[in-house]
Amino acid sequence: MPMNRTQNSNDPAWTRVFLAWLIAAVSTLGALFIGEVMGYAPCVLCWYQRIAMFPLVLILAAGLFPFDHRVVRYALPLALTGWALALFHWGVASGLIPENVTPCSQGVPCSVEQIVWFGFLTLPMLSVLAFSAIIALLLLTRFKVTQ
Amino acid sequence: MKKALFISAAVILLLAFVAGVFLYGTKKTEQAGQLAQQNRSALVRDYSPVLGPADAKVEIVEFFDPACETCRHFYPIVKEILAAEPERIRLVLRYAPFHQNSDYVVAVLEAARMQGKYWETLEILLESQDAWVVHHAVQPPQAWMQVQNLGLDLERLQRDMQSPEIAARIRQELADADALKVMKTPDFFVNGKPLPSFGFEQLQTLVREELENAYRQ
Repeated sequence: MPMNRTQNSNDPAWTRVFLAWLIAAVSTLGALFIGEVMGYAPCVLCWYQRIAMFPLVLILAAGLFPFDHRVVRYALPLALTGWALALFHWGVASGLIPENVTPCSQGVPCSVEQIVWFGFLTLPMLSVLAFSAIIALLLLTRFKVTQ
Repeated sequence: MKKALFISAAVILLLAFVAGVFLYGTKKTEQAGQLAQQNRSALVRDYSPVLGPADAKVEIVEFFDPACETCRHFYPIVKEILAAEPERIRLVLRYAPFHQNSDYVVAVLEAARMQGKYWETLEILLESQDAWVVHHAVQPPQAWMQVQNLGLDLERLQRDMQSPEIAARIRQELADADALKVMKTPDFFVNGKPLPSFGFEQLQTLVREELENAYRQ
């Protein structure tokens, strides 16, 4: 039975990392779709968030087979960085942080909302939500495993 | 079980992406076609430079930026298409000066046209593009140097470049590009139809189809 118990206690952890991977994969494909297919050029802050999001797809997938709970250690720094950038971007886009203190003086301005879905859902907001969910899932995995 | 879940999730996501690309592309082409139909007047202006006979039944409208590298590569290719059917195809050039300072070069071209030296000026500028476009920005002094040996009246050229007529044309060109949702250059319309996707072969195919439609015996 001990074999079975480890198996069972690992299952929720696996599922959480899998869900985090799913969110990262959907976000990555979504960003690529909006950028490459719909043709909206990403602003500088979007690029930095992409740098944090895209590798998560590969790192989290690598941690799933065979399941390695230490994947949390490797994925969390990326997710936290992306989350901070997304929060900053959200601030710029919603006017809380003035554009002139941002690194986006040239090219595509970060403060212009190119896409608004359902009247309130913007891309920086989606990015904050995605990174938050990934962080929550990863922390939950770590917390439960160390217990 | 987990592997199956992971693989099916990955496959579903990729399929959704590919389907999205396909659906979006089809919808986009349809919309661009409708837009061109609704804005027929925005497609060709009476002042637009034209190459080819007036009674040609196939009309290629090309929105281009003289500072755009892809436009430069397309120029000889488009001329080849024209040369293959010189009696049946004509080319209308429209400007989409999206690069920084591109409107300066458009003014040079339009002023040269007033002296009847449009096409040679265009060709020399496209050929020497590397010399006057640096990091996607037009360098006006370098561009000006390229047109010295074409036998143009340079004083008059400079005067004409400042004329309100040319400034008004550039505004009109940008407004038309905006109305037709031209975002990237070069952008082509063949008899008002946009390319289904960007590429030289797509342009060739669309021209061939339009030739067949217009000259069916």
